[in-house]
Amino acid sequence: MEFTRRETLALGAGAALMTVLPFRANAAVDDVINEFTGGAAVADSGVDLTAPEIAENGNTVPVAVSAEGASAILLLAAGNPTPGVAKFTFGPLAGSHSASTRIRLAGTQDVIAIAQLADGTFARASKTVKVTIGGCGG
Amino acid sequence: MASDVKPRVKVPKSAAAGEVITIKSLISHKMESGQRKDGDGNLIPRSIINRFTCDFNGQNVIDITLEPAISTNPYFEFEAQVPEAGEFKFTWYDDDGDVYEDSKPIAIG
Repeated sequence: MEFTRRETLALGAGAALMTVLPFRANAAVDDVINEFTGGAAVADSGVDLTAPEIAENGNTVPVAVSAEGASAILLLAAGNPTPGVAKFTFGPLAGSHSASTRIRLAGTQDVIAIAQLADGTFARASKTVKVTIGGCGG
Repeated sequence: MASDVKPRVKVPKSAAAGEVITIKSLISHKMESGQRKDGDGNLIPRSIINRFTCDFNGQNVIDITLEPAISTNPYFEFEAQVPEAGEFKFTWYDDDGDVYEDSKPIAIG
């Protein structure tokens, strides 16, 4: 197979766009994630995030996170005015590396959990929650 | 100034040594997010609990950082190991500098 210079360039640009685009969705979320991970790569498995598919009331959405052996789990709401939700740091007497709480969601959006695993690597899980009534007073 | 803040924690009265127990905690607090507006369109300033910790006999179980996206009356459920008889100590840190505490003893048996 032979490519002209122009075709090669176009292919390269397309590939670059494909890899960059998903991570450019929300700069504030990226900043918070980078601050937590220190810019390290984030794997797609190793953390469980439980959230309802549809939340009638965005003021109190039950959410549970769990990650085997994790030292910390960061919880984010990508569509809120500020993306941070909570950070769970597990101590030596933690019975399991899981926790659940109730959070506010301003509208339909992705909820993201990032865990720092035992070996120092990071894992991520995200789930879209449809919200009928927003929870940030807007 | 948060008013009517009342911590509530549910811990089993006893457990076997080394057992993993579930702890449920709830503290009544309005958790003003700093995003809401009052009747005149002015922002209501943020007033939340920003940190919650649980320790057992001086050893940490969980340390949680709270952001305004945590619901009113913050609720947490988590698990803890019970290596010996002792006391769970729970601490909530408010934006206004207040610290709320609660503790629950647990026996082995």
